[in-house]
Amino acid sequence: MKRSDNSWPATLLRTLKAAGVRQVGYVPDAGHQRLIELCLADKAIKSVLLSAEEEGIGLAAGAWLGGVRGALLMQSSGVGNCLNQLGSVRECRFPLLMLITMRGQAGEFNPWQVPMGQATPTVLEAMGVVVHEANAAEAIAPKVDAAARLAFGSYHAVAVLISQAVIGIKSFQDQASR
Amino acid sequence: MTAVLRRRKVVEILLKNRRNLLVVAGLGSTAWDITAAGDSPLNFPLWGAMGNAAMFGLGLALAQPRRRVLVITGDGEMLMGLGSLATIGVQQPRNLAVVVIDNERYGETGMQASHTAAGVDLAKVAQACGFKFARQVRHRAHLAALRAAIHRPAGPLFAQVKVVAEKLPLVLPPRDGALLKSRFRKALLGDQADLD
Repeated sequence: MKRSDNSWPATLLRTLKAAGVRQVGYVPDAGHQRLIELCLADKAIKSVLLSAEEEGIGLAAGAWLGGVRGALLMQSSGVGNCLNQLGSVRECRFPLLMLITMRGQAGEFNPWQVPMGQATPTVLEAMGVVVHEANAAEAIAPKVDAAARLAFGSYHAVAVLISQAVIGIKSFQDQASR
Repeated sequence: MTAVLRRRKVVEILLKNRRNLLVVAGLGSTAWDITAAGDSPLNFPLWGAMGNAAMFGLGLALAQPRRRVLVITGDGEMLMGLGSLATIGVQQPRNLAVVVIDNERYGETGMQASHTAAGVDLAKVAQACGFKFARQVRHRAHLAALRAAIHRPAGPLFAQVKVVAEKLPLVLPPRDGALLKSRFRKALLGDQADLD
């Protein structure tokens, strides 16, 4: 499957900045690779490399305590790492904007990605996170814009799941045969 | 080496004349310690989120580069978030200090031994992660210097303060998370914080 549109990360960064996001926590991820590069190159964004996704929940909460809006980039396998930390987001009514690239969906080659990928929306919702799904490249920025308004306007945790149909399917078989 | 410092006295000394210091405390004993030293709207005592106190501090320190931020947490809480020391080491926030009150025990669950009781040296971990100042502190004579260092913008700073393992009367801060968040923001950012 080909990437349907390569320009969405640049549009997405503009959307994040327009929403007032000034701090971005990330765990390196193939699906977010371009967006991470753009964030790192942008002086208006403080980009923070995380060693695990749950660190980003504390980072974003701390930023809000200090009057700064943050966003958190990760892939679906990292969602499981965040679950207990999401409890404090709910209890304190911290705004939280999570952009999650999906693994374990249609076409997945690595069976170890499937359990967490398939459970991602369910476990997020169980922890009180509103879940929006973006299934096409052109849908991502509008979904994130709406998610940011909900997160920062209503002090809620919101996740936008970016479908594997958008970011493409990693094939280790293809890589191995090269 | 037997610890001689008493945790409540250590925290009282570190928070004395705290001026504009912003304080995040890890769940359990350190949240009671900072409250015993005097509750403040500029305290953010965690009642959960174990392993993430230092990251709350990092987010706050990056958002407020002109303010000093002090994270006070326990050895068990810090051990659960060791990766955050690497993350802070990469960012090098000059205004962030992390002080671990190390009684070598999990105090809230029955005083079971932690990894530091077996010799794990958190100060060396912090040093290896790039903290500018990373020390173990065992003596009262060194606390004034530590307090002064917390107020200097020369971080990131890390201190592992060895204290006596003791069960003390609980001194509880408010536990409503939304209240703690809102009062902190209002005290730091002014009335406008409620309208953001």
